[in-house]
Amino acid sequence: MNRIVILGGGVGGTLTANLLVKRLRRQLDRGDVSITVVDATGDHTYQPGFMYIAMGGERAERLQRRERSLLDRRVNLLIGEVTLVDEATRTVHFSDGQRIGYETLVLATGSRIVPEAIEHFDAEAQHFYTAEAALRLRHALDAFTGGRIVVAIAGMPYKCPPAPLEVSFLIEAELRERGLRGESELHFCSPIGRAFTIQSVSDMATPILEEKGIELHTFFNVEAIDPGRHVVQSLEGEELPYDLLILVPPHKGQQFLIDSGLAPAPGGWLPTDRTTLQVGGRPNVFALGDATDLPLSKAGSTAHFEAPVVTERIVAGIEAREVDHAHGDYLGKVMCFFEVGDGKGTLLQFDYEHPPRPPKPNQLWHLGKIVFNKTYWHTVPKGRV
Amino acid sequence: MTEVVVPAPARTIDARGSFCPGPLMELIRGIRESVPGDVLAVYSTDSGSKIDIPKWVEKAGHRLVGVFARGGYDEIVVEKTH
Repeated sequence: MNRIVILGGGVGGTLTANLLVKRLRRQLDRGDVSITVVDATGDHTYQPGFMYIAMGGERAERLQRRERSLLDRRVNLLIGEVTLVDEATRTVHFSDGQRIGYETLVLATGSRIVPEAIEHFDAEAQHFYTAEAALRLRHALDAFTGGRIVVAIAGMPYKCPPAPLEVSFLIEAELRERGLRGESELHFCSPIGRAFTIQSVSDMATPILEEKGIELHTFFNVEAIDPGRHVVQSLEGEELPYDLLILVPPHKGQQFLIDSGLAPAPGGWLPTDRTTLQVGGRPNVFALGDATDLPLSKAGSTAHFEAPVVTERIVAGIEAREVDHAHGDYLGKVMCFFEVGDGKGTLLQFDYEHPPRPPKPNQLWHLGKIVFNKTYWHTVPKGRV
Repeated sequence: MTEVVVPAPARTIDARGSFCPGPLMELIRGIRESVPGDVLAVYSTDSGSKIDIPKWVEKAGHRLVGVFARGGYDEIVVEKTH
């Protein structure tokens, strides 16, 4: 039997499991194959919704469903905390002492935030990378009556590269609506030499920043917070005072991947082939989504487009045939919506060979994002789009 | 003739085809994860990298070892100094 074990019940793990069922019905019926998803909580969370808890009246309970309800009934779900992958015995170890074996392993273990890596982060800074933190940010914005808001990035890589810029635009629009714009300064700190990494998007966003009076600070990568002076400092040696500090927290891969020798310290990102998605040249171990070290957006969309590739490669192995390269090669496809505030948005779509050419922001792409957020549960995890 | 001696990189970052987050962000990540004295090589197909990366390296106070045109991409080598 080929036991396929998928670690992680996020977009990548759930979609891969459901796609595998569609392709391996006969083998599952014969008992030649089993598919098991392992998840630490048993809950599947739609993380792009967190920003809307802070900015758009979204509620945490609407962003979470039981993982079981999203998986095909033929997929086993095991809820537990993984502590180690023992490659010598092809065994996954759990914190409660349980072990399961695998022939094929899919690592869809995502990323985790580590705000504690920056001293004083919790006491001084707000963020929107968990439902609870996004709600705290909402309360902080409700209590805000004017002053300096600084939005900056405190680690690399981080989930959803456009998010800090989007939040800046949305906060500016909110302050205007609440009549607080005159008493407020808004500062957006970009880690690089322009507003956004993609030149065409930067060219689009920079005049919007100017028009909205948001001050752009380039080459500002947050290094430290001085709570006494209410100042945030960059690794490039500059500092900015703040009244309300909104920071993207540092992110890492899972510790057990480092402990298992699958990913290097300190980042914990899996060394992944950009085309085959195999980990470190291992023929039976694949990675997708945030967990990889690929130079791609850490976003659900990346995992969404990688899952069919992992599926085809696993199925080809089980059917003892050559990989169909039309479906089994990942070409770097990513697609995401980008909010610019005032009910407008645009769409970024690109791959390794083709840079994005975002359309002029309009209401349609903003609505597209809202509709996608609402229909996600019925489409993406089940492999319908 | 002066021969440029390029130290062997401790880490190579293949950011070819990276539009988002892009080669400079990948380098910043690499620098954050490295220790002073480490040499990092970034591969980039983005023509802007040979301008953006040296600018950031100067601003952040690291050392640009060199920018080299390879077959279809640039290799930019940086030493983390602090």
